[in-house]
Amino acid sequence: MGSLGFEVLFKGTNMLRLLEGLGVALKISLVSVLISIVLGIAFGMLVSMKKPAVNAVFNVYLEIVRIMPQMVLLFIVYFGTTKSLGLNLSAEAASIIVFSFWGTAEMTDLVRSAIISIPVIQYESSAALGMSRLQTQLYIIIPQTIRRLIPLSINLITRMIKTTSLVMMIGIVEVLKVGQQIIEANRKSSPNAAFGVFATVFLLYFIACWPISQLSKYLENKWVK
Amino acid sequence: MEEILRVEHLHKKYDDLGVLEDVSLSVHKGEVIAIIGPSGCGKSTFLRCLNGLEDIQDGRVILHDEIINPCDDVKKLQKSREKIGMVFQSYDLFPHKTILQNVTLAPVKVQKRDKAEVEAEAMELLTRVGLESKKYNYPRQLSGGQKQRVAIVRALIMHPEILLLDEITAALDTEMVREVLEVVLSLAREGRTMIIVTHELQFARAVADRVIFMDGGNIVEEGAPDEFFDHPRTERTRKFLDNERFTVQPS
Repeated sequence: MGSLGFEVLFKGTNMLRLLEGLGVALKISLVSVLISIVLGIAFGMLVSMKKPAVNAVFNVYLEIVRIMPQMVLLFIVYFGTTKSLGLNLSAEAASIIVFSFWGTAEMTDLVRSAIISIPVIQYESSAALGMSRLQTQLYIIIPQTIRRLIPLSINLITRMIKTTSLVMMIGIVEVLKVGQQIIEANRKSSPNAAFGVFATVFLLYFIACWPISQLSKYLENKWVK
Repeated sequence: MEEILRVEHLHKKYDDLGVLEDVSLSVHKGEVIAIIGPSGCGKSTFLRCLNGLEDIQDGRVILHDEIINPCDDVKKLQKSREKIGMVFQSYDLFPHKTILQNVTLAPVKVQKRDKAEVEAEAMELLTRVGLESKKYNYPRQLSGGQKQRVAIVRALIMHPEILLLDEITAALDTEMVREVLEVVLSLAREGRTMIIVTHELQFARAVADRVIFMDGGNIVEEGAPDEFFDHPRTERTRKFLDNERFTVQPS
């Protein structure tokens, strides 16, 4: 039995390069997550007002995002637009656009469902106490919406972080791509490198996502009952 | 006795369906009115019209000299609502706030009263309904009966001139009904003005100065409780009371 291939990580700057790759992945996902949260909250409030035209447009948008594999979206935006529209998008910009496009749709849906899940009686009993609409929103509706929203949106955030592994398909050197490069470069000296490298990549994703999903569990226990 | 609330020829429609047709009522200070009737007779809707939760198609609701329904002036309506306490059938406490916060929120934020003073009064009222030990609990940790008692306290602390109770025991288990009704009885004894929609007939008889029977969006009959229950004047009322007695006391 040979080695498990972990030794390649300690050659030269391999480990550092993996971490840099993770940094690239996290940067793309965090920027997209931020954009998605801001736009999702704005659109979600809009959609929850139940204007037929707005909702029709949003439903089409949401369906497109759900049906289309993220990778196809990436290809369309990165390869498609550069050729047909003559835009010169960097791969990173293209992936941020795609991930925000996806994240905004899902976030909008989460915000919408959180808002409409607040029972009418909460509005009515606030009104009966003489609260203004602003006070009702501020003290009653928004705090409850946020409590419902946080566990759900944390789930979305971890999914977005995981899915950034797709961006290597449009040439971005993120953690998975770096891993492949290390394996390729050490094919001769460490033929078993694949296991060690991919296990490390797995671990890095785990370290990035685990605290977030733990936070979600904690908040869920605290709030959703 | 001074008149507090007057309802004049109130009409309420959902789309084309008439729910309330020409209902008039005058409520005097210290009076306890029980409204009974079959489900769907419009009694809850009527109560909701009284503090502007429902808009009305015709007629008006007057609290002292102010028309509160119909009312286009949102600020004025909010002011009036401070004087009208309401407790609903479903548990309507704010789930993200503690019991104490539920009670103190509106007096502090809406009436801009001093927080320490409000908290002291809240504790007094919570003690009165036997829930002082629950002040840091959340609504989900309370039983239905306890929640309704908190909801009553939350309405009382606003110092309302009139209390509207909308079937507040309808969603409760039988053993919890009593603890809530006892609170309401004690409020009646201290001279609170209340309009109570209920289907607890025994309770209506015990608590009310006047009983109103509604059916089909109208007041069919009203009278003093003993007279109303012992000598109903209309056939419709007799039938309703017979049915209710049968379901309440099967023998």
